[in-house]
Amino acid sequence: MTYLTDAPIDAAALARQVVRSSDGAYVLFEGIVRNHSEGKSVESIFYDAYRPMAEKEIGAIIDDVRARFPDVAVACLHRLGHLDVGETSIAIACASPHRAEAFEACRTIIDRIKQTVPIWKKERGPDGEEWVGWQHQC
Amino acid sequence: MRVRLLYFAVLRDIAGAPEAELDLPEGTRAADVWQRLRSEHRALAEYAQPPLTAVNETYVTPDALLRDGDELAFIPPVAGG
Repeated sequence: MTYLTDAPIDAAALARQVVRSSDGAYVLFEGIVRNHSEGKSVESIFYDAYRPMAEKEIGAIIDDVRARFPDVAVACLHRLGHLDVGETSIAIACASPHRAEAFEACRTIIDRIKQTVPIWKKERGPDGEEWVGWQHQC
Repeated sequence: MRVRLLYFAVLRDIAGAPEAELDLPEGTRAADVWQRLRSEHRALAEYAQPPLTAVNETYVTPDALLRDGDELAFIPPVAGG
């Protein structure tokens, strides 16, 4: 399974991949590039990744979620490279016979991806560019 | 022993390269390589502790012993999503 892409994400197509006739709901999460961060203007973001490790880490998260929510069908795609404001950086689709599991599975996946997957972003704006999180660490 | 060190994100900018081949003595730990980077790059001087550390695409503790042929990466704060 490939969870990383360099191309624009078609989130609706991702949702269509997971929905089965037994499902009563699907939750589709999209993370998008916003035009501000910590008081600064943002014009674009560059996403970088340790690709093989990021694939493995996302795969492990998805496997965990599938084990915890066996009735939920899951798909996930994270975009890398240069993204403009408003573009989708990640899409996660979770389909389920009932909505509660779909919401919970989707939230679990995005929260865990943000914690452990080796993906980084460099924000670019009128004041220059900066790797997010570096200044606040160590 | 030979270890391949991968640089990502801010560390790639600081190192000015995507990776480096290191020739290290047996018994070297991941944290030792971090201290070597701190001594080579002034921008890292204030970061006494290594960030998250990965060997062969798996997170390890900084005291992990390195082996010949390992692929080592220091993982700056992640920001996916």
